[in-house]
Amino acid sequence: MSMTLLKTGALRSALRASAPTASKRAALTLTTTRGKATLPDLPYDYAALEPTINGKIMELHHSKHHQTYVTSYNTASDKMQEALHNGDVQTQIATLPLLNFHGGGHTNHSLFWENLAPKNQGGGEPPSGALAKSIDDHFGSLEKMKEKFNTALAGIQGSGWAWLVQDSQTGALQIKTYANQDPVVGQFHPVLGIDAWEHAYYLQYENRKAEYFKNIWEVINWKAADKRFT
Amino acid sequence: MAYTLPRLPYSYDALEPHFDKETMEIHHSRHHQTYVNSLNAALEGSELSSLAVDEVITKLDQVPAEKRTAVRNHGGGHSNHSFFWKNLKTGTTLSGDLKAAIENGFGGFENFQQQFEKAATTVFGSGWAWLVKTDGGLKIVTTHNQDSPLMGEAVAGTSGFPIIGLDVWEHAYYLKYRNKRPDYIKAYWEVVNWDEASARFTQSG
Repeated sequence: MSMTLLKTGALRSALRASAPTASKRAALTLTTTRGKATLPDLPYDYAALEPTINGKIMELHHSKHHQTYVTSYNTASDKMQEALHNGDVQTQIATLPLLNFHGGGHTNHSLFWENLAPKNQGGGEPPSGALAKSIDDHFGSLEKMKEKFNTALAGIQGSGWAWLVQDSQTGALQIKTYANQDPVVGQFHPVLGIDAWEHAYYLQYENRKAEYFKNIWEVINWKAADKRFT
Repeated sequence: MAYTLPRLPYSYDALEPHFDKETMEIHHSRHHQTYVNSLNAALEGSELSSLAVDEVITKLDQVPAEKRTAVRNHGGGHSNHSFFWKNLKTGTTLSGDLKAAIENGFGGFENFQQQFEKAATTVFGSGWAWLVKTDGGLKIVTTHNQDSPLMGEAVAGTSGFPIIGLDVWEHAYYLKYRNKRPDYIKAYWEVVNWDEASARFTQSG
């Protein structure tokens, strides 16, 4: 089974991400208490995104799946800190995939809840300002961007995410897919993400994932994406 | 020759309450059917389509580069699920040579179960857990997405002849077990077809 090896730079970012940091852009601040990652509260009720995503899915997704990533990330983080303290390189390396998976899961879902919103909180309202212009420049139009995004989502094999990302070097927008819970790190930073794991839609959409991908745009919170765009 | 969805050797509710009827129906008639349809599309016009799917997936290097991923995913899906349906049956008992081989190879059946459960639980994302027969004896391995041990080490990261296998894609358990993959894995022991497994163990020489 293939593993994603994390470069040390990404490891340092991942560990830094567990503490709130000041930053030029409104970067994600993962919630923590006394150095431990915690499950962030949703800014809306579980049923608020109906009928697009039902309350049962939201409840399981947030209180079970995301919670498990948080708990497992804390366990892996403790293990890593101990191994770093002991100079135990083998354990450090063995723990990297767990940090990547669970830390990635925590990061991805924290971003996801922020970039969803009920319609009465702006869900589905198109982007404005610099992000809207950049989308038009790079993709031709918002609709064309969504088509490309949904094609990327449909092409994911197994579990993963599709992201609208911004290239830190050029400022350009791109659509990228990431396997499993691999986070958007390094050269790109996340602007908007959609979870394509089966748990994100299965109870409501079953195998009809194209329908889920089409519908979710009704509850996308472009205001959050605007803030992530520089 | 087009690939076709194999019929289940039992009705959709035959594995209740362990594997629920709704999941079996969607899993077989929609997910597996989609792999079959997509495989047919990917191999349309190709000579490889005259081969059985278990053979096609060992010959991915002969597939044109632009079709290779599709054949890997959908051929793997068709192969894995065709195997999986036969791998399931209630009321069978592990016995004979396979039982001895498992007990010897893993230091007892309980140890084997624990190791298999751990492997199945810790697959990141979508994949499968397998007991395979290799030159070096029985091994527990895992594969990513729809990779099969039959594809070999270079492709799937592992190899071997599958004896039993468990689908841990979320679609295999979500409707009944939700996020509780470990509960689904425990239920697997009630429906694993040891008769089929023994036959495969003997057949593989």
